[in-house]
Amino acid sequence: MNMAAQMKDAEAPVLEVRDLTRVFSIGKSWLKEGKPLRAVDGVSLTVKRGEVLAIVGESGCGKTTLSRLMLGLQQPSGGDIRVLGEPLVGVDRKAFARRVQPVFQDPYSSLNPRKTIGQIVGDPLIIHNVGAPSERLARVETVMEQVGLPRRLVNSYPSQMSGGQRQRVAIARALVMKPEVLICDEPTSALDVSVQAQILNLLQDLREELNLTYIFISHDLSVVEYMADYVAVMYLGRFVEVGPAKQVLNTPKHPYTQALLDSILTPDAHLGLPQLDLRAGFPDPLNPPPGCRFHPRCVKAMDVCSKSTPKMVRIDDTDVECHLYPAKD
Amino acid sequence: MTRADSGASQTSEPVIDVSGLNVDISVPAGILHAVSDVSFSVGPAETLSLVGESGCGKTITSLAMMRLLPRSAKLTARHIRFDGMDITNYTEKDMTRLRGNRMGMIFQDPMTSLNPVYRIGDQLEEVYMRHRNASRKEARERASFLLEKVGIINPAQRLTQFPHQLSGGLRQRMMIAMMLMCEPKLLIADEPTTALDVTVQVQILQLLRSLQKEFSMAIVLITHNLGVVARMADKVAIMYAGKVVEQGSVQDVFDRPTHPYTRGLLECIPRHGLTAGHDKLGSIPGIVPSLVGKVTGCSFRNRCLHAEEVCAMRDVALRPVKDNHDYRCLFSPEELAGAREGVAAQ
Repeated sequence: MNMAAQMKDAEAPVLEVRDLTRVFSIGKSWLKEGKPLRAVDGVSLTVKRGEVLAIVGESGCGKTTLSRLMLGLQQPSGGDIRVLGEPLVGVDRKAFARRVQPVFQDPYSSLNPRKTIGQIVGDPLIIHNVGAPSERLARVETVMEQVGLPRRLVNSYPSQMSGGQRQRVAIARALVMKPEVLICDEPTSALDVSVQAQILNLLQDLREELNLTYIFISHDLSVVEYMADYVAVMYLGRFVEVGPAKQVLNTPKHPYTQALLDSILTPDAHLGLPQLDLRAGFPDPLNPPPGCRFHPRCVKAMDVCSKSTPKMVRIDDTDVECHLYPAKD
Repeated sequence: MTRADSGASQTSEPVIDVSGLNVDISVPAGILHAVSDVSFSVGPAETLSLVGESGCGKTITSLAMMRLLPRSAKLTARHIRFDGMDITNYTEKDMTRLRGNRMGMIFQDPMTSLNPVYRIGDQLEEVYMRHRNASRKEARERASFLLEKVGIINPAQRLTQFPHQLSGGLRQRMMIAMMLMCEPKLLIADEPTTALDVTVQVQILQLLRSLQKEFSMAIVLITHNLGVVARMADKVAIMYAGKVVEQGSVQDVFDRPTHPYTRGLLECIPRHGLTAGHDKLGSIPGIVPSLVGKVTGCSFRNRCLHAEEVCAMRDVALRPVKDNHDYRCLFSPEELAGAREGVAAQ
C-alpha cells in the first residue's frame, strides 16, 4: 500500500506498520458500552535502515498513542507491526523491547532518581540476561562514551546532572541493547535551545555511526526539517500527508500541512506574526466530523469535504489524503 | 506581516522602569546572585522580551517586578517605577492592590494557575468584584464581554465550566481574559505559549498583540523561544547567569547580534535549508556556571570562543554597540566579528 509498496523493491524495511488501529472505549462501565475513540485509525508506514521518519501533528492527534503501539506498550486493536519482516503484535514484550527502544520527552521524569547512571543504563542488560557483570559494565561504558557521557559519571545520580546530560543517559539506555529502531517522542522539547542543538547533533552522529533508524515525533517543524528524511503529518488519528521531508516541507499539499508550516516562527525580526489559514476549534475526537476530518478547520473546504472521506493519492513521491487531489478511478 | 505596526511611541512615560535590580537568594551553600544589575523600561503598547535559558534569572526578574519573590530572596534596586510610582518599598498590602488590577501575570501552564475546584466564571468575576467593588452581575457582564474579546464562542456556557473541561488553548485564553478584567497597564507573560500547539501559539500571540494595541498595555514577555521574540517583541534583553548580556530593539539585536552568547543562541536554532546529515547545528559547549558566592569577571567566559585571561579578572559593564543597543563584553564588536571569521576560516 502506498509508501510500503513503493519501497519494497529496494530493501527490506526495518520497521513496517500496516493499517494500525487503536480504539479506546470511553465512559465504559458494566452498565453500558463505551463510546469508541479511534486514536490511531488505519496508519501505515515503512522505514528503511538508517532513515528518519518524523511524525508531526498537534496534541491529541494520536502521535503518542502511535508511538506506544510501536513500542509494544499498548496492544493495537487491528493491524500489523513488523521489524525486519517479523511480526511483533502478540509477541512477548521483552522480545519487542530488544528491537524497539524509546527516548522520552522529559529526562527529569523518565529516569529513576534512586539509581545510578550505570544502573539505569545497564538495567536492560540484566533484564534481558546479557553477558557477565564485567561484560555488562564494559558495554555500559562503551555506550556512555558513544553518547558523550564521561565515564566518571557511572556512579552519579540523575539529580546531579543537567537536563542535556540526562537526555544523553536516556539515549544511552535506549542504545545499550542495540535496538533496530529508536522512537524519540519529543526528545528535545524539554531542553534549552543550546542543549537541544547538542542533542540533535548527537542523534545525527549516532545515526551515521550505528546506522540507526529513528521515528522522530515532534511538533517543532524546524527541528523536523533538520532531522528527518520522511515526514508524516497526522491529524485526528490518520496520516493526511506522507512523503520525503523536502517535498512535504517545501511544497506542502494538504491545507493542514500548509497551516503547520505557516505557524513556524523563524527568528526574523522584520516579520510580524504570520496569518494562519486555519479555522478555530480542534474537533472532538469522540465525534469526528463526517467526510474529511479536517474540513471544519479548512479554508479550502468544498461541499464534497463534509460528505465523503478522501482517498489517499500519490503526487510525486508524496501521499496525500485530500479532496483537492481527487483520486483517478 | 511586516513590522510597520510595531514600535510604540518613544516619547510617552514608561509603564515600568526597572533600574539596577539585584536579587540575592540565600541557599544552604551561600548567597546565590540570581539577578544582578538588570535595568529596562517598557512603554505603553510596547513589548519587551526577556530571553535566556533556564536558570538565567528571567523568571526571578518578573517575580521581582510583581514582588512575588520567595522569603529567602533579597531584592535591592535603584528604583522599580511602575506608572510613575516607585514600588521598590511597597508593602504587601500596597502590592495586593496592584496585582491582578493594574499589573497582571500569565504563566506557562494554565492548568496550574486556574483553580480546579471553582468554575471559570467565579474565578474571572472574583478579580473584578474585589478590585472594582463591582456587583456579581456587573462582573459577569464584564467576563462575558472579555471572553468574546479573547475569541471564545458561547461565553455564557464557558463561564459555568471547570478548567479541566477546557483545552490548553482555551485555558490560556481564559487566563488572558482574567488578566484583562481590570485592564492592567502591565502584563507579564511568562512562557505563555510554551505548553501550546504551534498553531494555537500563533493564535494566542496574535490575540495578545491585538489586545495590547486596544488597551495600550505594556507587555513583558518571558520566553526561551527566539522565534516568538523576533516576531512579537519590540525590545529584547538577552540574559545569561543573572545578567543582561545584550539588549536593544529586536531588529538591532537579531540583525547584528554582538555578544558571543547571543550569536551562539541564534546559531543553535535549526533554520530552513539546513539538512539532516549534511549540516551541523551550532551549539554552545559547556554549562551555565554556579551563581553562588562572589562572581568575578564575565560569567560566560567558560563557554566563550573569544575568552582570554582578562575576562576572568575584570567585571564587565554594559556598553553601547550603538544608540539603544548595548552588550556586555570586553571586546569591541569589530574584534568579536573578526575573531569569529578567523575561527570559521580554520
